[in-house]
Amino acid sequence: MPFSDEVRSRLDADADQVVARYPRTRSALLPLLHLVQAEEGHVSDDGIAYCAERLGLAESEVASVVSFYTMFKRHPVGEYHVGVCTNTLCAIMGGDQILAGLREHLGVADDTATPDGKVSLEHVECNAACDYAPVVMVNWEFFDNMTPDSARELVDDLRSGAKITLPRGPDRLCTWREASRILAGFPDGQERLGPQAGPASLVGLRIAREHGWTAPPPPSASTAPGEGSGQ
Amino acid sequence: MTGVLTPVLTAHWDEPDSFTLEGYRRAGGYQALEKTLRTPQDDIVAALKGSGLRGRGGAGFPTGVKWGFIPQGDGKPHYLVVNADESEPGTCKDIPLMMATPHMLIEGSIITCFAIKASTAFIYVRGEVLHVVRRVQQAVAEAYEAGYLGRDILGSGYDLDIVVHCGAGAYICGEETAMLDSLEGYRGQPRLKPPFPAVEGLYSCPTVINNVESIASVPSIVADGADWFAEMGTAKSKGFGIFSLSGHVTTPGQYEAPLGITLRELLDLSGGIRAGHRLKFWTPGGSSTQLLTDEHADVPLDFESMVAVGSQLGTRALQIFDETSCVVRATLRWTEFYQHESCGKCTPCREGTYWMVRVLDRLEHGQGSEEDLEKLLDMCDNILGRAFCALADGAVSPVVSSIKYFRDEYLEHQKGGGCPFDPAAATLFGDSR
Repeated sequence: MPFSDEVRSRLDADADQVVARYPRTRSALLPLLHLVQAEEGHVSDDGIAYCAERLGLAESEVASVVSFYTMFKRHPVGEYHVGVCTNTLCAIMGGDQILAGLREHLGVADDTATPDGKVSLEHVECNAACDYAPVVMVNWEFFDNMTPDSARELVDDLRSGAKITLPRGPDRLCTWREASRILAGFPDGQERLGPQAGPASLVGLRIAREHGWTAPPPPSASTAPGEGSGQ
Repeated sequence: MTGVLTPVLTAHWDEPDSFTLEGYRRAGGYQALEKTLRTPQDDIVAALKGSGLRGRGGAGFPTGVKWGFIPQGDGKPHYLVVNADESEPGTCKDIPLMMATPHMLIEGSIITCFAIKASTAFIYVRGEVLHVVRRVQQAVAEAYEAGYLGRDILGSGYDLDIVVHCGAGAYICGEETAMLDSLEGYRGQPRLKPPFPAVEGLYSCPTVINNVESIASVPSIVADGADWFAEMGTAKSKGFGIFSLSGHVTTPGQYEAPLGITLRELLDLSGGIRAGHRLKFWTPGGSSTQLLTDEHADVPLDFESMVAVGSQLGTRALQIFDETSCVVRATLRWTEFYQHESCGKCTPCREGTYWMVRVLDRLEHGQGSEEDLEKLLDMCDNILGRAFCALADGAVSPVVSSIKYFRDEYLEHQKGGGCPFDPAAATLFGDSR
């Protein structure tokens, strides 16, 4: 069923802003797909048709882009989408056990939501947090140093609506659709919340401070770039 | 006096407001930009060339030289695309950098654009890191408000816009030409080079693509000078870089040091391999760099020394595995990753990674044979250097190097009819969970 007039006018206002960011309109395709995913929770045939119409593309061209990128879902996922890293390092540190435990606990196939619509599960590739392995993502927020037990508690809390504490994120965990909207380029106002860095990010700096180690002192401030320091 | 560790990029990560404009300015931020706007553009390019900074995204191409390839007076728009699509397995430095000091990336981007005469830049950040996306979006908004972006920046007459663009889950988009296709709204598939992006990049216009850490290094080089930067590191691998220690170590994390530090030194600083265990194999720069063993712990982590021992410095992503880890399982898992992430454009990569997974799976489960190892090496010969981009070359690295150093372990799997390792022993929680 095509979008209602109300949905359409809301999408149009946002899409205008997205398209205006780029020198060429087709560059707006990925953010527009994040935007329609924010509207419906997945990229539906209507979402594809909408993007195609906005950018003057064939629906098949848009569909071929959607199928290339794993973050775009062609069917509904949970309000909280859980990704367990099972790339080599996380897998060996325990990611395989975490994923197996969650699969058994939730009883859902990959990329499919629990009957209450709350949680879906997939295995993800390296999410650039290897110093916090094993890593679990929820709606693309980090959950660090996980175990099978802590992962099970996490998904239980997601389903029951209990308060979730994000180790390296803002105060409130976004829903899947809210997260997609941020990725389309519409911030949610939580950017100043949460820590500037997690503990593992700071270990080298702490050791350097303990030893008084620094980079060499800079030469006098008057030196122009490219000139010798004269030292 | 240069320390063993040299925090520059990471120097203010422990200040709670380091990600804000106020916090960054208090740490001296945006002074390099003010200096830049008073300096002829060519002098900025010369400073980068003089510093010897080599790209921090893995390939190690000299950043200033890359900038110098941008034609001038050609009448076309020029673009900067910041590669913030950090996803090489093991690599986890750009994400904390953008979380803690996004303004360092913004300032570096503005200076870079000024130097290459670009008036639009894109920060292509992977989508799977929501809070990092928020922080970068916030920093760009703050920079506009402060007059560091937009029209007539700080009264200099220079105009620049920065667009934050989120990826959608595809490792290949970290390859620079695939990134351009993705940014143009297509499937992220690499382009044939030449033409190189410096001549025909985004929208067929001259384009510089630099990694986050490379760009974040620019303000300090401009502020403190090329010689200051080159004082650190080795003769051909100059300056500092972030080394990311992960895996079976006592203290995983980020360590910023001059290039040329060794794994042994980093382990000594950080409490070594986890208690009661010993180093078995490691990657110096992500899974696309050939595995090394304990015999390489004293080899300097610089571009030349790593090549000399048959590997590469890559992204300085030091993934450490102790003796509880099965190298066949690790290799299978990495190969599954490359199979999944192969964009499908080139046959040797698309088909080769698929078949390597089949053979490795057989070997891991004790159903292979010694001939399978020769078959794998033969496949590697037919993949390496026969595809458009480096993904295929990277896919070969764990296979070739694991067979080189651990042939016996592959054969043990066949003798015993299965994997001799207990996966629980390699986890961080063991049986306790």
